Parts: sequence; structure tokens; C-alpha cells
Amino acid sequence: MGTNIGNGSRSAAETGVERPSRRKVLECMTWAGTGVLWTIAAGVPRSVGLIEEAKAQGSDSLTFLQISDSHVGFNKPANPNAIGTLEEAIGKVKALPAKPAFMIHTGDISHLSKPEEFDDADRVIGDARLDVHYVPGEHDFLDEEQKLYRERYGRGTKGAGWYSFDANGVHFVGLVNVVDLKAGGLGNLGTEQLAWLENDLQSRSASTPIVVFAHIPLWIVYPQWGWGTDDGARALELLKRFGSVTVLNGHIHQVMQKIEGNVAFHTASSTAFPQPAPGSAPSPGPLKVADDKLRALLGISSVKFVRGDQRLAIIDHSLQS
Amino acid sequence: MGDVMIKPSLSTIALRLVFALAIAGWVSLGARSSAGIAETTVKIENFTFDPPRLLVKPGTMVTWINEDDIPHTVTSTTKLFRSKALDSDDRFSFKFSAPGVYEYFCSLHPHMKGAIVVEAEQGK
Repeated sequence: MGTNIGNGSRSAAETGVERPSRRKVLECMTWAGTGVLWTIAAGVPRSVGLIEEAKAQGSDSLTFLQISDSHVGFNKPANPNAIGTLEEAIGKVKALPAKPAFMIHTGDISHLSKPEEFDDADRVIGDARLDVHYVPGEHDFLDEEQKLYRERYGRGTKGAGWYSFDANGVHFVGLVNVVDLKAGGLGNLGTEQLAWLENDLQSRSASTPIVVFAHIPLWIVYPQWGWGTDDGARALELLKRFGSVTVLNGHIHQVMQKIEGNVAFHTASSTAFPQPAPGSAPSPGPLKVADDKLRALLGISSVKFVRGDQRLAIIDHSLQS
Repeated sequence: MGDVMIKPSLSTIALRLVFALAIAGWVSLGARSSAGIAETTVKIENFTFDPPRLLVKPGTMVTWINEDDIPHTVTSTTKLFRSKALDSDDRFSFKFSAPGVYEYFCSLHPHMKGAIVVEAEQGK
């Protein structure tokens, strides 16, 4: 088993912005499991099939997990037991050979923002015994007063729940792009949050590796389905001077990767139900697949930062296998 | 001849089509309930409002029904009305009194847009 190069290098080459000296580090972008990897080359998402799992190596490194779109409370045909598959995902986390430093959750913890859904999610996710850094999805702000998420996960955060923290020399920024959405628009960060981000990044040196995480993809994946963030480009502008930027998102319930200059974009699978590839169905609604195919399309991601490497290695683990 | 009965002429088909469309048009303008209130529905399906633009008479009660597996909202762009998150099969109703164009969207999936057009009553 070796480290295989993903299609990341090809898409980067096609964008024409990648310097040759950095190609090597793209080899860290791998994907493992029995699902399908979607990559965007020249703006067109496509499947590149199966790739072997990357070999874990190095000691001076930081490994953390990304989990997303638990949708606890979802019970529709696409997955009548979303809490069960979340339990399986947490089982995978506990079975990892090396304990990750922490977890980030990129939103849609609950399906309908009911207190019991948050309770169930906390109980199951808490079983991993890891610190969890959350950002909200639109499904976490459905209560009338929009206060349940903030009460539970928003302590010490700004605005609707944005914040930053540091770990092993990596600067992490959690953003909120699911509130105050405008008719006809996409995800929204807003001027207050962008001003905060500018200020937050100001004192960091350009060599600080940055990990930005938010629910809706920060880049424009498929606007016809609302998959993108209107002012995401303004956030990326602020990140331009940094040598290593990794953007982790959820929302679209499938793995998708793109590399543009120094920025690697990655979306994680849901632990609840898959959604169709862009434009492949009449709507982005839950994708009903055969029962024995479901777990191949659900999963978690582990992200490894090795000092000296430009790119963080992201491995997606499906619930199958 | 039986032949004619089985294969109606093109003009007959066209006439039937016009008639069917007329009925459909009348339905979308709203039916009168027994209480005498004009009522009509907008279906939310596949992340779209159907019909996206609905003509109604003043005083019509419009009911949205979410037929998706994902919650949606019905949110006026002017904040005149705003539903809570509608789970599958949940409904939200609002009565439109004054003539005008009432645009709305889903605040969770804002690419979903619709409008209720309340026509001025004849002679006014």
C-alpha cells in the first residue's frame, strides 16, 4: 500500500497557478475508502474513482478529525437511522490506531434544531472523548429564537459563532456562513465577520499554516443548488498571503476537492445521508441508495499536518469496511 | 365512422387542450371554500416553489405544503410573513389582502424564490 497521487495535481496544473516546486506536496491529497472521489478540474466536478489509503507517517505532526452533517433526528427513506450511522462513525473514530488531537464538526449537528436532537448528538459524539470545535449549519438555527446552538456550542465565540484557535503552530478559524441569507443568494459571511477575520489574521506570519472551516463551501461549487458562499472570495482574498491554507466544509454530503494556488479545498461526507453530485438529480435533496451502498457514501475525514509540508493530508474514511 | 371517434382531429385536441388549460388556470387562481374564502396552495418540492409565481385575487389564503425530505421556510423579502422551519408535510398559510407583488424565498436555501401576485379587483 502506498501513497497515491490524487487528481489534485492535475486540477492544480489545469488552473495554471500551481508552481512546479509545490507539486510534490499535492501527493498528500489522497482519499481512501470504497466511495467515490469527486474532484473539480477546470470547474467541472468529476469522479476519479478509488484510491488506496495513504500511509500514516512522521512524528512531528498533528492529526485531527473532521465530522460533518450528522443531521440527528433525520429519519426519512435516505437513512431512517441517522443516529445509528453517527454511532458507527464515532466507532470508527475510537478505532483509529492513533488518537487524533481533536475533532471539528462542520455543522448540521441536528436536523431540526430540537433540544433532544442536540442532546442525542452530544451524547454520541461525546463518546469519542475528544475536544470538538463546532461551526453551525443552517439546520442548527431552526429554533424560533435561534439560541439553542449558541447556548450549547457558542460560548466564547463572536457574532453567530465564529472564532479561532491555535494548535501545534497551525491557526484554525471557524466561520459561520448560514445566517442572514439573502433571497436569491448563497452562503453569507457578512461584513462584520469579514472585518473580524481580517483582524484575526493580521498578526499571523505568512508561514503560519491556516485551516479555515465552515458549513457551506467557501468556494462556488454549484450555485444552481446554492452550493457556495457569496462573499467567500473576500475571505480567500484575506488568506492569499499565507503559504498553506486548507478550507474544510460540509453541507453538500459528498467528498469534493479542489486546489487553487496555496489553498486546498475539501468537503467531507455526511454521517447521515448522501446528496447527489451537482446537477445529477432534479434537486440536492437526500439521495436514496440501496441499503448496502449507503455506508460507502457516509464517513469522516482525518486531516494530518506534517511540519514542513505545504499541504495537509486529508484521508476520508467511509463507514463501510 | 368509428375512425373519427378514435382519432380526434387536431382542432379537437387543441380545443380540449385550451379547455384543460382554462380549468388549470381557474384552479391556480384559487377555489372558493365552503366558507367563501378563496384558498389555494403552493407546493414545495425538489427545492422549488410550485408554481413559482402565483396569481390570486385579493383576500386569498395561500397555503404552502413542504413535500421535500428537507425542511424549508417561506420568508417574505419584506418580512411581511415568515414561516417557521417546515418539516416534511408541514404547512404554512398567509392571507393576501392588498393588491401587489409579494416576493418570498426559503431562508435556509435562498436560491429558492417565489412570488404571490395579488391582482387588483375589476372596477377598482
